[in-house]
Order: sequence, then C-alpha cells, then structure tokens
Amino acid sequence: MNGSRDLVLARIRTALADVPTAESPGGHPVARAYRSAHTSEDPAALRTLLAENLADYRATVHRTTSGALPALVSELLAARGTRTLAVPADLPPRWLTALHGVELVRDAPTLTAARLDAADSVLTGCALAVAETGTVVLDAGPAQGRRALTLVPDHHVCVVHADRIVASVPRALPLLDPRRPQTWISGPSATSDIELTRVEGVHGPRSLECVLVEPE
Amino acid sequence: MNTAYLGMPTFPRAAAGSVRDTRLRANLTHATHTIRDKRAAAVAEIDDWARLRQAGKDIKDRTLRHLDHYLLQTERAVTAAGGQVHWAADADEANRIVADLVRATGEREVVKVKSMATQEIGLNEALAAEGVAAYETDLAELIVQLGEDLPSHILVPAIHRNRGEIRDLFREAMGRWGRPAPDTLTDRPSDLAEAARLHLREKFLRAKVAVSGANFLVAETGTVVVVESEGNGRMCLTLPETLISVVGIEKVVPTWQDLEVFLQLLPRSSTAERMNPYTSMWAGVAEGDGPRAFHLVLLDNGRTATLADQVGRQALRCIRCSACLNVCPVYERAGGHAYGSPYPGPIGAILTPQLRGLQSDVDASLPYASSLCGACYEVCPVAIDIPEVLVHLRERVAEEAAGHRRERAGVRAATWLLDHPAAYAAALRAGARTRRLQPERLRLPGAAGSWSASRDLPRMPAASFRDWWRAHRARPRDARHGEGGPGAPPFREGGEAR
Repeated sequence: MNGSRDLVLARIRTALADVPTAESPGGHPVARAYRSAHTSEDPAALRTLLAENLADYRATVHRTTSGALPALVSELLAARGTRTLAVPADLPPRWLTALHGVELVRDAPTLTAARLDAADSVLTGCALAVAETGTVVLDAGPAQGRRALTLVPDHHVCVVHADRIVASVPRALPLLDPRRPQTWISGPSATSDIELTRVEGVHGPRSLECVLVEPE
Repeated sequence: MNTAYLGMPTFPRAAAGSVRDTRLRANLTHATHTIRDKRAAAVAEIDDWARLRQAGKDIKDRTLRHLDHYLLQTERAVTAAGGQVHWAADADEANRIVADLVRATGEREVVKVKSMATQEIGLNEALAAEGVAAYETDLAELIVQLGEDLPSHILVPAIHRNRGEIRDLFREAMGRWGRPAPDTLTDRPSDLAEAARLHLREKFLRAKVAVSGANFLVAETGTVVVVESEGNGRMCLTLPETLISVVGIEKVVPTWQDLEVFLQLLPRSSTAERMNPYTSMWAGVAEGDGPRAFHLVLLDNGRTATLADQVGRQALRCIRCSACLNVCPVYERAGGHAYGSPYPGPIGAILTPQLRGLQSDVDASLPYASSLCGACYEVCPVAIDIPEVLVHLRERVAEEAAGHRRERAGVRAATWLLDHPAAYAAALRAGARTRRLQPERLRLPGAAGSWSASRDLPRMPAASFRDWWRAHRARPRDARHGEGGPGAPPFREGGEAR
C-alpha cells in the first residue's frame, strides 16, 4: 500500500461529482433480462450437446458407463502409447484397475513442473461441465489435482460424470466457489495468431479427450 | 498514460503511409473479414444477445458510478485471500512497483501473459532499464517482441504480419532470446506454433516470477479472471512462485454472478467462440497450488480523468474484445500502428486521447480517425456509443487545442453565406461557371493542408439546384417527360466518380 491509494480514491470521488450522493451502489439498476440457459435442460440432451460442442472445438469425446470406464481409460492410454501417467493424489483407484505397464506419477505440491513435463498423459475428473459452451471446469477439488497437473503433460483425459453437466454459464457459476483456483477448459490449447489459422496445441495439452460417463 | 509511443506521427500522416502498403492491407482485410463473419455467426447462436449486452452495459455503469466502493471491496477481498494490493497513480509508479517487486525476489527475468495494461505503461522497457528481461509468451506478442515491432491489434497484435514474415523473423531472432528456431522451419502455422512452443517451454519451466493483466476482477470475492487460448497464460499464472497482476481500475465487476454476463459476451465478441479454450481464475494465493505470493497493482494512469468526462466515461466499459476493430473501415485500411497507441481502432480513437489527454498532435488527431459510420457501436458487447464519444471529443479538441481559428473563421463565413440567399446563389453560379477550371484537390497552406491533402473536392454541377428548378418548373409536365441530357437534375453529374 502507498500514498497513491488515497490519491486515486480522491480522483475517483471528484470525477463522480455528478453521481447523486444518495445513490447506493445497488441503486443503479441492472437489467438481467437475459436467459439463464439457451437449451433444453433434459439430461440426455445436455450430454449430447456437450459432446457435440466439445468435438466442435477438437476435443475427442468418448461416451461410456461407469462399469466400462477402467477398460476405456486403459484403451485410450494404450492408443496414445502412454508410459507415464500423472494423476491427482485422490483419483478413484477403480479408474486405474485396467492399467498395465503404466508408471503413475501422483500429484503433490512437491512435484516439479519438469517432472510433469516428462509425463505422457494426465487423467483427472472435473468439477462440472457446461454443455452450451463445451467447457469442463476444474477447481482443484476431488480427482482434479493442482492446476499445473492438467497443464504441463501434452495429453489430458478428463472424466465427466453425467450428473456434473449443466446447461450454461449462468447455471455453472452458482455451483462453483469463487475462492478456489479454477481452470475452465474448452477444447485443447489453440492459437489463431498466424493469419487467423487455428492451430491446436501451443502451450497447454495438445490433445484433450473427454470421457462422458452415462448413467447405467 | 506514458510515452511508450512517443514520436509517432499524427493519425493522417501515419495512415497515409500504411494505406499504400498493399501487403499490410491484404493481411488486414483477410483477417478482419474472417473474424467479423465468424463473430456474427457466434452472436446469432444465442437469441438473448441484446439483453446480455444491456446487462453488460448496466453492470459496468453501476461499477463506474461507485468505483471507489468496489475498489475498496476488491482490496479487502484480495487481502483476505492472501494477496497484496498496490495502487499506482500513473505508468511510472506502476512500473516502479513492479520493478521493486521483481527485484525483491532476486530474479532478473519474468514471463508475461499478454496484457494491454502493461503494454500501455511500457512495462517491458521499464524493466529492461532495471536489468530485468521480460519475455512475452503469447504467440502474437512473441512475434511482436522478436521483431522489435509494435502491436497493431488488441486481440491479434501481429495481425499485420503474414506467415512468411513470421518464419523469417523466427529464424533470424529466436536464437537471440533463447532456444533458436529449427533451420528447417517452414511457414506452416502449425510449424511456427511448434517452434514457439519449444522456445517458450524452457522459459515457463524455469520462471520464478510472472506478470499478467486481468480481464475481470470480482470485488465481492477478490477473484481475478484471465481469459486466453494458448495455455501460455496458465503457464505464467500457475508455475512461478510470484505473480504480479497489473490491472486497470475499470476492470472490476461487483459480483461473482456478474461473470455470467461477461463470460458470454467476451469470447463470442472477441474470437467468435462459444468459449475461449482457457479461463483461469484465482483469489489471492492457494495453499500448495500455484504462486506463493500474489500482488495486484491497481492502475489509474488516466482512467480517473476519463471517468470525469460524463460522455467519455463510457469508454471505461470496454472489455477489450476488439470487435470494433474488425468492422471498422478506417482500421481495415489504416492498420493498427497508425493510431500511435496500444489501443488502436475505434475504441483506441476514444480511449487513447482520454487516457493521455488531448495535448499532443497525435492524440488530438485520433477523434477524427473515423468515418462515424457506427459499425463499432453496433458490435460493441457493452454498447459503448463510440461515434457519440468521437463527436464529443472533436468538440473538446476544437475548444481546447490551438490551431482551429481557421475552422471557426470558415464556419462563420459559411453561416453568413447561408443567411444571405442572394449572395449564396451568386456564389453557386460563380462556382458552376468556373467548374472546368477547378482543381481536383485544394492545396491549403499550413495546418489546413493536413485536411485538404487527403480529400478530393466534389465536382461542381453545371447548374445549381435552384437554377435547375427554376428552368424546369415552368415547363409543361409532358415536355419534360422522357427527356434526358440537359434536362437531367444537376446532382447526377455532381455525384459521379471522376
């Protein structure tokens, strides 16, 4: 803190001389006439829309059931040639039961970025997913690990349970804690900085695979 | 606002050069037309766009009208979350705060997330003067930095460069900053992005200090929001030990709920996506996850002066989406550099002169860098009436700046002429009779020359409307019917291209 705090605040108050002193911050109306969702909130329709929108942004989408999840995870990692897999410390052990010959790197604050850089893939869950925008949200909650975990490895497999899917951004925010670190992910890393040609994979993971776990 | 762009010519002079650069115009036309069409499609997908836009405008207006309240709330929330808040009255102070914070860590380099605020204050140059290297990590910003160039677009700073130029630049300059580009580098965008990935990954993995801006600050929770695509932002925001975010005081929104409006408005307006690939949010520091120290530098640098102008204040609603640049016929032809500021295009034409003041010739020329067509207002997701502010600022330039005596004298002469119909008719007749002798352009001396040099004179009609009307009204209706040539209204000819 410094002397400029009072200076800036005084400048603001002088600049706002036209605002009636009786007006409270809430006293200037905000018209919230917009929709809280733009789509049907039927769960099956939301799953389909999420899958479409994720795929539209070049994420690969797989749909499975809880029982078949471990086999699918094993299959996806094998197809990728993954030998080292980074996982959150609290990943449900069941997800990994079909893995063979894959070295696990468990997330911890002591795990360095260089060590993560050497991992082929990362497997996590998510806090929720937004169907309209094709977004998965991670908030360092259960089965998600630290933010760096899903950032440094080049291949991210993200498991989305059907009951975590919401329709829209306005439906998502009330379910999230603004004090937790969050990462909203919509498709793999991408750039359009060169002649507006979209290129996937610059600094974040180049491949994002989302596994939607349907109700049995 | 400081003088990062000192020495720039006024807009008309700078634009005169860039409109002749055919490669630049081709790059810009391709880019702006591509993105404007995509934006229109992304916006059309949701049918409550107008209502979202109204809410965005209302939320920003509420914030601005009580900015002191919301900044103090932000300060309390960030501090409670383990961050430290600093206040900077101007660019120099902000640069000094950041330099001192970096020096206190003992580090000599920082990685940077693309940020308009740090571009505005010339932070990289200020850090260099203190012996600290600042590495831009956004691909476009990297292109600009390697080229010792200036950004020319808010969203795509290297929009003026094509792939061949970028390949040459990477080959030539990357090695001077770190890992060189491979000798076999092609001009394919995917190869260029890969070269940037390898070049920057070294820096991300060793960086101890990062500097960012922010897209939004939530007052009630102290949450900072950074919206990006490449993942370079996430790298900078989560891997280093110290994070310093320089944020304009107008970036505050009151509540967590307010993000539901802006996270819909911004991606669709900016990159024409339903949602950008990555959004990072954090409040203060999180135990065991991300930086151990977080500093928020709240930046004034001309924003309070802008706030004081009741018409111009609406420019502070801007969320830096750049939609107005992509639809602007003037930006498309003149390019971003002509605006002499990190903020080009229509929003730059109203924001820059308000942040910096109207004293310099460059800044006094910016409110005129527009055709007032209004396309910018149409696409603005927070409904900034840019044409209204442009006209208002032109009035301020005319009142405050010197050199407008001739304009006032001209308007006085025109007023007299319009008040005296006989003299007006005589002047028109004289004009019509001498039409073959009139030049295509006037070459006025002195300050007026900058106006006349870029404008063709309209071609005088053969007769004034009044004379034409007098000659034709008297004739019988059927005699006029079917008649061409001499009987045609005079303005047809006057309106023809030469």
